[in-house]
Amino acid sequence: MIVLTFAALTLREAARRKVLRALAVLTVVLLGLSAWGFHTLVTKEFDGALLTSGELRLIASQLLNLVMFGLSLIAALGTAFLAGPTVAGEMESGAALAILARPIRRSTVLTGKWLGLVVFGGGFIALAGLAQFVIVYATTGYWPSDPVTGLALLALQTAVLLTLGLLFSTLISPMASGVVAVGLFGATWIAGVVGGVGRGLGNDSVAAVGSVSQVLLPTDGLWRGAMYAFQDPTALLGFGGPAVKGGFPFLSDAPLTWAYLAWTITWTALVLGLAALLLRRRDL
Amino acid sequence: MTNAVWTSGLRKRYRKRTAVDGVSFSVARGEVLGLLGPNGAGKTTVIKMMLGLVRPDAGEVMLLGRPVTDPRARAKVGYLPELFRYQPWLTAKEVLGLHVRLAGADVPERERHDTLGLVGLAERAGDRVGGFSKGMQQRLGLAVALVARPEFVVLDEPTSALDPVGRADVRDILLSLKDRGVAVLLNSHLIGEVERVCDRVVVLDRGRVAASGTLAELLGGRELRLRLEKVTAEAEERLRRAGPLSRDGDLYTVADLEGDLIPDLVADLVELGARVHSVEPGRVSLEDRLLDILGSER
Repeated sequence: MIVLTFAALTLREAARRKVLRALAVLTVVLLGLSAWGFHTLVTKEFDGALLTSGELRLIASQLLNLVMFGLSLIAALGTAFLAGPTVAGEMESGAALAILARPIRRSTVLTGKWLGLVVFGGGFIALAGLAQFVIVYATTGYWPSDPVTGLALLALQTAVLLTLGLLFSTLISPMASGVVAVGLFGATWIAGVVGGVGRGLGNDSVAAVGSVSQVLLPTDGLWRGAMYAFQDPTALLGFGGPAVKGGFPFLSDAPLTWAYLAWTITWTALVLGLAALLLRRRDL
Repeated sequence: MTNAVWTSGLRKRYRKRTAVDGVSFSVARGEVLGLLGPNGAGKTTVIKMMLGLVRPDAGEVMLLGRPVTDPRARAKVGYLPELFRYQPWLTAKEVLGLHVRLAGADVPERERHDTLGLVGLAERAGDRVGGFSKGMQQRLGLAVALVARPEFVVLDEPTSALDPVGRADVRDILLSLKDRGVAVLLNSHLIGEVERVCDRVVVLDRGRVAASGTLAELLGGRELRLRLEKVTAEAEERLRRAGPLSRDGDLYTVADLEGDLIPDLVADLVELGARVHSVEPGRVSLEDRLLDILGSER
């Protein structure tokens, strides 16, 4: 299976180019800082008293979401910047010439690389996320309500972004493709926050900013679904207010719908198909 | 004889510039064809269209009996691109292993190692390509082109980064491919290289075929250059009878003269009183012929 050959080659590239090592160092730093922060949260007195268990669960929920956002950002940046060079870089350097002169389809090469990057990003999210849950549990006793769904959605978010990165890498230079993909990821997140504020304030037109951006690029919608899976629903119910209705960037007010999930998968397939089409027509 | 590659009416435009304009030629199985032409003549574009790497605007390519749009056409093709670069994080041995897998070939480890040995990289098989010099990468590229037992090898400037020893090695490799009946398309600026190994030559200029044919057809017959003194009218007449004569000072050149007529001619000239300083049989060099073709095109 040539697809698997390219998937394995992509993983080997990530390992040998020390991307894995760089990600591991960043992750350990982030996990270490979060362990320190969560430990401080439990042991420090606020206004002369320790936090109640309800307060602790709410704050742990938010902080966990914040740290997971950091992890998802590392995964997104890592895979988006890997996705660019893997296609555009090889075409620019000439490495693609010898490969594509073999009896293989360009779409096979693209799918193989995509699969390798998905495994890379998904593996990173699973390992780093699990380590983070253990840290939070060990320090505060909090365990996310639905960790598997949450991590799966974050892995899917990484897959969405790297698919976009691959699409751009068939069109523009390697560096530009990574920058544009990450830029759009950030812009969609901000649009999601703006939309959340709109929902919190009951302003439908502002809320639509978030909804539209979440359809155009599903990363933020997936992130909000993942946050919902990480946070403690009972603790949130006790507090209510605009924050829980979406006005706070590190809390989510609703789980992901199946329709949105189906759209995300369709979106990913469409973008990957478009990338394959563009690559097929491209002169080397 | 069937063709390794057959192209007809290839045309390619990049925005307003026409890179290739109606190029048709073929390489027969077992034949070594040289592709010559100045920079920007469209040689690399033709090669890339021939391998399905660039889509022609018009024209047709049949590669080893299949249309080039079918990836299987490339199964028995070895290609060394002009812009060669191989995955720097892989070792030389791994690069060959990857290409053998992609070609769908069944080449045992021993044979792969021998291919690396053939290009002088046997000692560096386990080293990462990232640490290779440009010349070594080009040698690796040759090994990549040869490893999957190709029936048609395309070498685009295979000696651009090589030292004289490396160039001689490439020449030997080309001759051994020719002996084994492997078709070769060689694009090289080193005309001497082309002249020594190619059966036929296609000259491209500004995207068109300016000339094509066997070396004998392109270069014509042999010629004789003589440096003479005291040439009498009779001696000059004798020279004219031998073949078309041209003169530059004391250098006389007789064109289209068969080699076995030379001793008689020299003996006659001496008898007719001419003093013979040098006799140099030869023929028009490919370089001169190429400059001539390109000059008349402009």
